Amino acid sequence: MTALKAKSSKLKARPKVLVFAGYGLNCEEETKFAFDYVGAEADIVHINDLIENPKLFAKYQIAAVPGGFAYGDDLGSGRAYGLKLKNHLGKELEKFLERDTLMIGICNGFQVLTASGILPGALLENSSNRYLDRWVDLKVTGKSPWLKGIKKLSIPIAHGEGRYFMQPKELAKLKKEGRIALKYEKGEMAKLLNLPGNPNGAIADIAGITGYNGRVLGLMPHPERGMFFTQRPDWTNIREKLLRAGKPIPTEAVGIEIFRNAVKYFV
Amino acid sequence: MAVRIDVRKVVADSRAQMRLAQWKTLSLSKSPSAAWVVDSYVIDAKLPAGGSDDIASALMNPSVEKAEVNSRWNPDSFAFAIEIGFLPGVTDNVGHTAKETIEDLLKIKFKEGEAVYTTAVYFVAGDIALADAVKIADALFNPLIQRAKIKSKDAYKKDGGFGALAPKVKLPPAEKSLEVNLEVSDDELVAIGKQGIKGRDGKRRGPLALDLVYMKAIRDYFSKQKRNPTDVELEMLAQTWSEHCKHTIFASPLDEVKEGIFKKYIKGATEKIRKEKIRNKKEDICVSVFKDNSGAIAFDKDYLITHKVETHNSPSALDPFGGAITGIVGVNRDALGFGMGARPIANTYGFCLADPNDARTFYRDRERKQSMLSARRIMDGVIEGIRAGGNQSGIPTPHGFLSFDSRYRGKPLVFSGTVGLIPRKVKGRKLYEKKAKPGDYIVMLGGRVGQDGIHGATFSSEAIDAGSPATAVQIGDPITQKKFSDAIVREARDAGLYSSMTDCGAGGLSSSVGEMAKESDGCEVELDEVPLKYPGLQAWQIWISESQERMTLAVPPKKWKEFSKLMEKRAVEASIIGKFTKSGKCVVKYAGKIVVDIKLDFLHDGTPVRPLKSQKPNYQKGEEIPESNDLARDMLELLSHPSIASREFIAQQYDHEVQASSIIKPLQGRGRVDGDAAVIRPVLNSDKGVVIADALYPTYSDVDTYAMAAASIDSAVRAAIAAGGSLDHLALLDNFCWCDSFNPERLFELKKAAQACYETAVAYGTPFISGKDSMFNDFKGYDDNGPINVSIPPTLLGTAIGVMQDASKAISIDLKQSGDLIYILGETNNELGASEYAEMCSERENKKYGGDVPRVSLERNKKMYTAFSKAADKRFIASAISLGRGGFAAALAKTAMAGMLGLRLNLNLIPGDAKNPTEKLFSESQGRILVSVAHSKQKAFETALKGIAMVRLGEVTSDQKITLSLASNKSVSLDLRKALETYRSPFKDF
Repeated sequence: MTALKAKSSKLKARPKVLVFAGYGLNCEEETKFAFDYVGAEADIVHINDLIENPKLFAKYQIAAVPGGFAYGDDLGSGRAYGLKLKNHLGKELEKFLERDTLMIGICNGFQVLTASGILPGALLENSSNRYLDRWVDLKVTGKSPWLKGIKKLSIPIAHGEGRYFMQPKELAKLKKEGRIALKYEKGEMAKLLNLPGNPNGAIADIAGITGYNGRVLGLMPHPERGMFFTQRPDWTNIREKLLRAGKPIPTEAVGIEIFRNAVKYFV
Repeated sequence: MAVRIDVRKVVADSRAQMRLAQWKTLSLSKSPSAAWVVDSYVIDAKLPAGGSDDIASALMNPSVEKAEVNSRWNPDSFAFAIEIGFLPGVTDNVGHTAKETIEDLLKIKFKEGEAVYTTAVYFVAGDIALADAVKIADALFNPLIQRAKIKSKDAYKKDGGFGALAPKVKLPPAEKSLEVNLEVSDDELVAIGKQGIKGRDGKRRGPLALDLVYMKAIRDYFSKQKRNPTDVELEMLAQTWSEHCKHTIFASPLDEVKEGIFKKYIKGATEKIRKEKIRNKKEDICVSVFKDNSGAIAFDKDYLITHKVETHNSPSALDPFGGAITGIVGVNRDALGFGMGARPIANTYGFCLADPNDARTFYRDRERKQSMLSARRIMDGVIEGIRAGGNQSGIPTPHGFLSFDSRYRGKPLVFSGTVGLIPRKVKGRKLYEKKAKPGDYIVMLGGRVGQDGIHGATFSSEAIDAGSPATAVQIGDPITQKKFSDAIVREARDAGLYSSMTDCGAGGLSSSVGEMAKESDGCEVELDEVPLKYPGLQAWQIWISESQERMTLAVPPKKWKEFSKLMEKRAVEASIIGKFTKSGKCVVKYAGKIVVDIKLDFLHDGTPVRPLKSQKPNYQKGEEIPESNDLARDMLELLSHPSIASREFIAQQYDHEVQASSIIKPLQGRGRVDGDAAVIRPVLNSDKGVVIADALYPTYSDVDTYAMAAASIDSAVRAAIAAGGSLDHLALLDNFCWCDSFNPERLFELKKAAQACYETAVAYGTPFISGKDSMFNDFKGYDDNGPINVSIPPTLLGTAIGVMQDASKAISIDLKQSGDLIYILGETNNELGASEYAEMCSERENKKYGGDVPRVSLERNKKMYTAFSKAADKRFIASAISLGRGGFAAALAKTAMAGMLGLRLNLNLIPGDAKNPTEKLFSESQGRILVSVAHSKQKAFETALKGIAMVRLGEVTSDQKITLSLASNKSVSLDLRKALETYRSPFKDF
């Protein structure tokens, strides 16, 4: 395997990424790695440091609320962190999003973005009422800089409260506005592993939505857990096929493209 | 008056649906027809005007929820309302978060004593009786930590709901520390040691677990000091000298082993291996072993890998959820508390349980009022505890196991392990070494101190009986820990803000400060400075409480300002509670008085030496194990045996992909079959991988504990090798869980097992780096017929951890392509004794069967494992599965089901002295691996494994069938889909 080194990019201006941290968010390191790897420059910043110094926002073109378990999901997933974000940094976030910036909320990050009102809808307990870690197949159904050039992708979910829900009227509006970005489907991985397409009972199979003209993406699945070839559940099988065909073994998997798209947006 | 805010779903509630389904299994007179769940927050604090409405709107998402202040809402039609809340003083994590959120929202600060308490209210509809409601409530709560209130609809309406009760802890003011007179009769000394110090009220405070020999040593020390000890001193000595902390059985002379079995067999193995490696100019992978909270080996030139596996058995028997979450979050602190702080990068779990369908009821008391939880409740609870702790902490759980035996009904074994990653150096400072210096502040970090967990360390050194204190139960708070974990590993450590650190776990401050005081040679503590959860704790309680999520640090005064500012910014409470000295003494003050003044050498080395004697037990010889008369049926039945069956429901609810390090997952192949090892790649820009595996064979202890231990270690090593590890860079951990350990027969078995550990480790060159023992896993209580005594089978969990040079060479268990060749490595002998097959026959025929248990052929295996690793490195191997519980039959079914590909094999070709198909299929002979190889690699593979006992048995087929040819043209076949269905059947509704 060729080691996945964070490349020192040839890009003139590496976009700067703010990766939120603190209170139980926990996917900061790998999210930072993903951005750095594709040529951005990511900083992990504790929310209290932002509250103390909101001017920090000005430095960044991209903001990411990574996955995790902020406040242990204690008041409902994402709520306590979402409230903190809204109460202390609501205005700064608004200003940040008025600029031509990008934002992503992954898993717990998506829950935080809905709880803070940046994205609409709610993420309820999975229909099984249990935490679930498995791979899913996604169909891209909306427009977003984050998803440019991607039609389908298989990456994993890991959540207890990922069932997207919205009242029918709002849902129709969301659809009309083309903001339903990602839908679960029974694709390559679900067929291979013989699992249902929709893992959590999400309404209209929704896995991710957008806001701010597609610049803000919230999604339950984890692209950073499907960025390396060896993260795939079937990689040892594919490796055998490639070895026998005398072909090289890849290092990347499709999840990395989401991060790459974000960098491309700025260069 | 406290305010009550109720939050309920206004859309379909899957939580209520889940409960409704669960209640249907309770054998109620009628099934409930509907259920609602309401989350309530009782806010016991002074709020500004309009505050409660602001809180209510913050606590809900209006599109799916409704929150109301003092509303006393109820559904139109319901029979009973059941409220479940915590008992006073039990950790209420949600309440804690609600408090923080309210403070943040309203920009207020709760006063001392103000708090938020949460409850859940279940409304149950249907034509059900009060007795049904009681059963439902019983299934919802655990009386050791929670309270339940049931109200009929009429009563609920009449009373106006459940009110707004704030379960505050109310304690009488703390009393002065007691002097304890030890110049008393031996009987009284025994009573103090066994039942505890008498308080001013005349009641004994709970076990010190100090026997007469120890009590006399303490008396003699204090009579030389010309004074009586204080209660604080006695409680501290009980903690420090507990079996749990001191491992006295492993340290005491046992028969001819004068230095004790730990020094001779465990540490002795490691020392011998390290010397030999150095002599042979091979890499000595050990960096820090047996001296810190975890053991550490080399990862690469920049990093070390640490590992530690703990048990949390006694607390899990009483409160399975609390016990298990405290176990996993606690062992995370063994990573965090290694050196200057290792980042936890993987968790492992292991549960030894009674079959969840085991319907026996055990009681702790003669009156049969205190019943133990059901086998199913314990199983559900411990699984949930590890899930909550691991998932919330953002640590992947890529591996674990389930093992069942009816003897785990009294005390379950709950294993939890944590692998850590730590840089070797930062700015020239070694991070794997630490030393508190005289003058450094003693700093307590994290949670506050309450009455929870008092007498935990001494309690786990005793059997469970009616006197076991309920306060042994704690509930972990992963988020409090996550906050300081991030602050330490990401910031404070690399900034060099402290000079030493350790976990504050068993024994509380008395153990952690007492241990660190060795580094500087003294300490002076002011107990008045320790932040408390509520007032009224007595000095001895503050000193020994095991309240969770705490670390103890040594912070140099000139770093304190920076350190405390950082912690404040990360919302972590840090308090100076004293300073390290070089007085040679441990001094503790409370309310202006000295309550502890003990010389460190007595505290740590004053334990009397107590030689132990062992005696060989008489093993019962059972009947000869019958030959199978229906191989296909027995193979299927084996797959549905709970110790072998699919654990998919656990793998799926444990986050195993966080940190983006997943390489070999807990479920492998298209068939999602459980593996025996996991591989992770913890440093994202490095190719290197870490392989983790474990194994245990408790049933073998009925025949021979040497064989039991050897098989456990060999199987753990082999599983790691089969996944891509190599003997060159592999280390071991030992977890002994024993019973009735002062019984000479158990000691004989212990010595044998320890000898096996030594010989196996030395032969493979795989050093032990850390371990744990839990020596009294006995339950003394009552069943419906009278007194009973249930002891676990002596159990050794062998764990292997190693580093792979290239994680992309890891091997999974699933067959890859039809036409691939199948090889078996190693010999299969007539070793059916205590096998899964023998257990199956025993259950079926209700007889005890005998037979030989497997012997491990060390030299032969070493050659094989070395050759295998070379072939794996060259990528000659398409799949590999280690043969363990269930033998060949289980392994071939798993490799086929995982790949969803068939097998055509000739069973007659299996080498070894196993004669008939039953022995060939079900014998659990050690040192075997089943391998598939591409045709194109056949020659290369066979050359690489030249000289190894190995036979080509057949090939992979594209049909969904396993076909095994037997002698005289007979054959047996197994349909893969049927096999998979059977494999998944035992836990399909879990």
